[in-house]
Amino acid sequence: MKKNISTFNELLSTCGQQNKRTYELFQEKEAFLLDIEIEKVRLKVKKSLDAMKEAIHIGLSSNEKSISKQCGDDCEKLQKRYKSHEPLFGKLFKKITAYALATIEENLRMGKIVACPTAGSCAIVPSVLVAISEELNISEDEQINALITAGAIGSIVQNKVALAGAIAGCQAECGVAAAMSAGALVQILGGSEKQMVHAVALALKNILGLTCDPVAGLVEIPCVKRNVFLAIHSVTAAELALADIESKIPTDEVVDALCQTGQLMSPMLKESSQAGLAKTKTALKIEQRVLNNI
Amino acid sequence: MKQSSLFDIISPIMVGPSSSHTAGAVRLGLLSRNIYGLTPKKITFKLYNSYALTGRGHGTDKGLLAGVLGIPVDDTRIKNIFDLHEANEVNYQFEFLEDFNRHPNAVDFIFEGTQKMTVSGDSVGAGNVRITNINNFPVDLTGEYNSLVLIYKDRLGILSKVSGIIQTEGVNIAAMNCERIAKGEDASMCMSLDCALNYSIIEKIKRIDDIYLVRHVGKLES
Ligand code: SF4
Repeated sequence: MKKNISTFNELLSTCGQQNKRTYELFQEKEAFLLDIEIEKVRLKVKKSLDAMKEAIHIGLSSNEKSISKQCGDDCEKLQKRYKSHEPLFGKLFKKITAYALATIEENLRMGKIVACPTAGSCAIVPSVLVAISEELNISEDEQINALITAGAIGSIVQNKVALAGAIAGCQAECGVAAAMSAGALVQILGGSEKQMVHAVALALKNILGLTCDPVAGLVEIPCVKRNVFLAIHSVTAAELALADIESKIPTDEVVDALCQTGQLMSPMLKESSQAGLAKTKTALKIEQRVLNNI
Repeated sequence: MKQSSLFDIISPIMVGPSSSHTAGAVRLGLLSRNIYGLTPKKITFKLYNSYALTGRGHGTDKGLLAGVLGIPVDDTRIKNIFDLHEANEVNYQFEFLEDFNRHPNAVDFIFEGTQKMTVSGDSVGAGNVRITNINNFPVDLTGEYNSLVLIYKDRLGILSKVSGIIQTEGVNIAAMNCERIAKGEDASMCMSLDCALNYSIIEKIKRIDDIYLVRHVGKLES
């Protein structure tokens, strides 16, 4: 058990050999690493889970703007529309989109959130996990299993690439968050380990090349809305995988492709705000306004 | 290779908006506070490059101040730190600078009071930080471990004395790095320890001749 699981292939074979789920392997590994009991590991995970729920709760009833005054009231707008219009995709879609905005807006107004894996991508896993759990009455124990699964996915990817926009673009932040969320969802919905690993591949394959070009260098534009889009993206990946639709390219190879794409991506598109959205005409105006106002 | 922990991925619980520019800033502040070890009368924060450019929009200034005041990364008071009673007890100022020889997210803390001390550090990504300099001595301190920082005159036997004291107390040394300006001159050392040192050991180390500065810097909560 002391063995490090550094690829998805290893994960599948270890799960098979030991007849265990991903969350079981990873909670054991973590207990060993931190030299604490498994129950303590789960308590720590519960702390993150509770903080995620709190951020959603607070975010849903706030419209306070960020320091730059650029963002902060989209969640309010969305909820207003949902009061008079049923969303096209039903109740779950409504919850996920609203929870994602609530969380990411809490982040930018300096509220308390859980970096998952980063602060800029903090809304993807919680919005999906919490919305599904509420809708399907998922027990807290199951939610913790799912969050550990999400963490396991992130940590396997992290073995190959740093989860930072400055290193591999937004692929490595919101992209990886979507893969974590997709895998967690498969776990919650009773899918197999194999389906979980394919969900990761499907989610990642469809964000390859995603750059990081935030306007005025702030974690706001495009990050806020990107969290909402990628939360929904992760549901698509999970649904496909649960139908036994497989990624033709194995998950570890997809991660390699992500890594390579990150290396080839121009540094101008990796958090330096020197190109892309950040250098559009309007972005430059916003940047001037922001720099003058704060 | 260091095994990655689940909690690198599904934590920290922190005040937003940015791991490197907000949480990292608080953590740099917390480490510097422990390194200075005294109550400062005045603090000057010098923010460089990206920290200077986007720092205010990310609350980097608030985070740095919160850290030196001992306020942790998940404390919602950070947002309104400038209005806080604790903040008004100390005189502080921010400078925003450009220096491409420095890391994109670099900061200097200049503490003044009964002693003057400059501590420099970088926010290296995902909320991880590194203290790189104390009073112009290169050091390497990340807050991942309980650490012992020494500045001393480089002469034979000092290090073995220090490690001897630590080992007789049964504390394991996980890593150690030393830097010196030139042979026989001043040097600095950081030791990463597997657990915290108690007060009496630190006092013993302080009594060794030719050691000018001894600081025990506690591990940062993740
Ligand atoms: S665009 Fe960049 S700053 Fe924004 S969430 Fe993605 S990686 Fe983070």
